[in-house]
Amino acid sequence: MNLRLVLSDVWKSYNGKPALNACSFSFEKNGVYVLTGHNGSGKSTLLRICTLIENPDKGEVHYFSGDDIASRDIGLMRRITLVLPGIGVFNNTVFNNAAYGLKIRGENKKEIERKVHDVLNFAGLIDKKNHNALTLSSGETQRLGLARALAVEPEILFLDEPTASIDSENTEIVENIILDMKKEGRHKIVMTTHDMPQAERLADFMLLMEKGRLGKV
Amino acid sequence: MNSIIEGFKKAFELIFSLDAELLGIIFLSLRVSGTALLIVSIIGIPLSAFLSLKKFPARGLFISVMNTFMGLPPVVAGLFVYMMLSRSGPMGFMELLYTPTAMIIAQAILAFPIAVSLCHSAIVGVNPIIRQASITLGATPFQTSVTIIKEARYGIMSGVIAAFGRLMAEVGAILIVGGNIAGYTRVMTTTIALETDKGNFELAIALGIILLAISLLINSALHFIQKKGELPAQ
Repeated sequence: MNLRLVLSDVWKSYNGKPALNACSFSFEKNGVYVLTGHNGSGKSTLLRICTLIENPDKGEVHYFSGDDIASRDIGLMRRITLVLPGIGVFNNTVFNNAAYGLKIRGENKKEIERKVHDVLNFAGLIDKKNHNALTLSSGETQRLGLARALAVEPEILFLDEPTASIDSENTEIVENIILDMKKEGRHKIVMTTHDMPQAERLADFMLLMEKGRLGKV
Repeated sequence: MNSIIEGFKKAFELIFSLDAELLGIIFLSLRVSGTALLIVSIIGIPLSAFLSLKKFPARGLFISVMNTFMGLPPVVAGLFVYMMLSRSGPMGFMELLYTPTAMIIAQAILAFPIAVSLCHSAIVGVNPIIRQASITLGATPFQTSVTIIKEARYGIMSGVIAAFGRLMAEVGAILIVGGNIAGYTRVMTTTIALETDKGNFELAIALGIILLAISLLINSALHFIQKKGELPAQ
């Protein structure tokens, strides 16, 4: 069932300082939604609220599965994934990092092997599957973060500044992964970036965050 | 000087001849401290995880108390257990005083705050992004807690080993509650104290050497674990 996200009049502030002002939007169609805006404009806050890590002060965040509102439970959390800017790799092998989401879902060993092999191939990390993930370069770490998220086949994938701290070579690799997913047309990807040329290269739908306000470009 | 050299010579003879009395004392020391450590680990590691991952009233106070009791003098712990287990004490009916069980209880009381404090530090030291990453990948609150504890595994092992080191070297508490009964409650440290008093240095030196060797092993293990935690293997 196609998962859709609808934000209605979402507000959020920290210590009295507004971060999001009356944000409303519906993520209905599959494709790449790119959220641009300056640092501190509220992009990451919006992603944390979209992924239910944080609650808005006011307004509503609803996921729809078909026509029904999906209840906010672990079942819903397992249909979406956020790749954080710092990734948060576990002190374990690249394989076990990529397998994490599958293991906690109780998938069988064979299926885990197959899926992890596929995503590590996709992210160009298959040669490093037995390396400790903490020894990867920042670009490889970013790719591992993507691979780890893709392994669980999320219906909506959220990426918070996926290329902010990596070199141009790795940026190109990450962008190509996103473009390949876009071609498949099976995913909704919601990503933030402050790199306008990158936003133009990747976006099907461009959104602009300005001082906590969300608008279409 | 000669008596010291003679003492060392005889000590090595005792070690290499695998003297039965010596082996019995070593085995009892390891059994008492090992059992105390096992009990402390089973209770202390989950408790330290709870203290680190759950917020509840008086959590800070509890952690402060644990940190304070890290420096609990062994004789005070021994005195407390003695009073509890003595005939007039509330647990006197169990008749545990001057038994290895009493020594295990005293050592567990000593090791508990050390293990809890060090394990708590290890768990709160895990980068908060690990928790977020775990949640965003679909982990339940319990799975997230297990993931954080796994990330702290090297620090937790260091805490447990540090507690074991303290127990192996401890003398005050087990002397008070164990009574240093030959062949029953006599362990390495209490034997060293007794034999030194008696002027029988051979056994005391032999046990001192073995205690140092065990201490070296413990510290090497600690160093190895800390290194492994710092530098992930390729």
